Amino acid sequence: MANYIVRRLLWGIVILILVSLIVFFAIRMVPGDPLTLFVSRTQESGFSFTKAQLDALRRRFGLDKPVIVQYVDWISNMLRGDLGESIYYRQDVAKLIKERLPVTLYLGIIGFLLSLTVGTTAGLLAGMRRATWIDNIIVVISYIGIAIPVFWLGYLLIFAFGLKLRILPIGGYTSPFEDFWYSLRQIIMPVICMVLPGIAGMARQMRSSYLEVAGQDYIRTAWAKGLTEKAVVMKHILKNSLIPIVTLLGMSIGGIFGGSVLVENVFAIPGMGRFLVQGIFQQDYVIMQANTFLMAVMIILSNLIVDISYGWFDPRIRYD
Amino acid sequence: MADTIANIDQIVQSQSRATVSEWQRFVRTLTQRKVVVFALIIIALTVITAIFAPWLSPYDPNEKNFADSLQQPNRKHWLGTDLLGKDTLSRIIWGARTSLIVGIATCLASAILGSTLGMLAGYMGGVVNTIIMRFMDALMGFPMIVLALLLAGVLGNGMQNVIIALTVANLPGYTRLMCGMTLAVKENDYILAQKAIGSSNLRTLFLHILPNSFQPMIIMISTALGGIILAEAGLSFLGIGLSHEEVTWGGLVASGYSYLSTHPMLAFAPGLCVMLVVFSFNILGDGLRDALDPRLRGVL
Repeated sequence: MANYIVRRLLWGIVILILVSLIVFFAIRMVPGDPLTLFVSRTQESGFSFTKAQLDALRRRFGLDKPVIVQYVDWISNMLRGDLGESIYYRQDVAKLIKERLPVTLYLGIIGFLLSLTVGTTAGLLAGMRRATWIDNIIVVISYIGIAIPVFWLGYLLIFAFGLKLRILPIGGYTSPFEDFWYSLRQIIMPVICMVLPGIAGMARQMRSSYLEVAGQDYIRTAWAKGLTEKAVVMKHILKNSLIPIVTLLGMSIGGIFGGSVLVENVFAIPGMGRFLVQGIFQQDYVIMQANTFLMAVMIILSNLIVDISYGWFDPRIRYD
Repeated sequence: MADTIANIDQIVQSQSRATVSEWQRFVRTLTQRKVVVFALIIIALTVITAIFAPWLSPYDPNEKNFADSLQQPNRKHWLGTDLLGKDTLSRIIWGARTSLIVGIATCLASAILGSTLGMLAGYMGGVVNTIIMRFMDALMGFPMIVLALLLAGVLGNGMQNVIIALTVANLPGYTRLMCGMTLAVKENDYILAQKAIGSSNLRTLFLHILPNSFQPMIIMISTALGGIILAEAGLSFLGIGLSHEEVTWGGLVASGYSYLSTHPMLAFAPGLCVMLVVFSFNILGDGLRDALDPRLRGVL
């Protein structure tokens, strides 16, 4: 097991380095340097830079150095918690992100727990009562949940509960420590939008893995030796069918960050997703770089945890 | 004796009939479930709408007509108009074109590029495999829409750039699939036989490994198409990627926000189209899997 964990961790580091390279060079793909993006955007709004100003900016952001040096600087600064200075806000990006990350994580963790519990329960129910009306309803809802554009679902909810029934606020974010009940009412609709695809995916996976396990020979043996339904389902089928769910957990964390980009923009929630989109509009490469890298780091770390726990759940994996 | 021969004849006949009707069997399994037929109809309608958009749409999608500003659905404008008097129905019809072009182009590009990389990784093994597959792992570290946002944001506006961004975000799935398929097929004796008679690597790859991986590929393309259309709608909704002249369903939903309480149709109709089309491609993907891969029938 220790061997397995070390191996995984080493690969995790390699992948993190690759991710940092992807982010760093994706932004430097454009002809010129990342500042040209920012400059072209400000020029559209009728503001122009002189050559001297541009050179000063380049020096300030370290863009006059060779690319390799820039990369090494970026990484070593990041390891020390320095994410650079935003061109647009002229503020420390680490500070800006510190204000926004908790919001996304708060919504994300609620969403994650909901999609895990509701999704697996629904999938289990559908699998146990296969080809009944319960199964049919759950399958249809899960198909819709995967296909629905979350931003559109957000608008439908805003229309129904915010504008027509007027029982929920249509957007914004309040810290739960400030006004717990208002905060709770504010996050109901965003959380629904965020979790629906996750619940749908989870339910589908749970249903299919339940059915797959239920068809195994050892389950027939369990039935044949006269175990009760409870014992067969809980002890034999459920435990084994949860294994593929574990792999899905890592992916659903990615789904939460992906969903946050859209949902936070629909409901005007000041989190990481909205920050990224604003950063792209402002063509602030420092924000784009830091934001996407952090998201990827969190996803990769959670995948790493999932991988390691997978090895613990299913010993066969360790000896690959 | 004559009886036995007749019997054998019968058996041979019934067997040959079974092979002839392979295509029929495929069609029958595919259309067995009514929902798959529904999905096929929606897809066919969308494709027809996209191709014949110039003839089908009652108005020019970008024609401004201030006299008809913000109309509710009526006989002249079936789905109403927006603030500038642009006909919503016409814009939705043209939106189908954008969605399908981006979806299909992205799907083909990522399938071709991804499966080539996957075949290379699986066939060459060793360092090549490590480099390609770790790179794909790294790409998988980003949520699809975040990676697409980053690339589209850097590349700037334009349909071509959206396609490039979504293609890169979609590569890992195909690469992993093809790498796995190649590794599995490579172990077969007929590949060894190929090597023994001295056929080239390229010949083995394209005449043996590729055709064997055709079925999972088709299934993956159909399912991925829905996801790509959804991602494109998300990008357009955020206003990143496609320029404002391009009519997109996502963009239409976004611009309907201000009129949600008075003219909900502006945001509702295009979003419903996205959902229906994505739903249909997902259902078709599942139907194809059922028809092509009997082992998984009814399980997923």
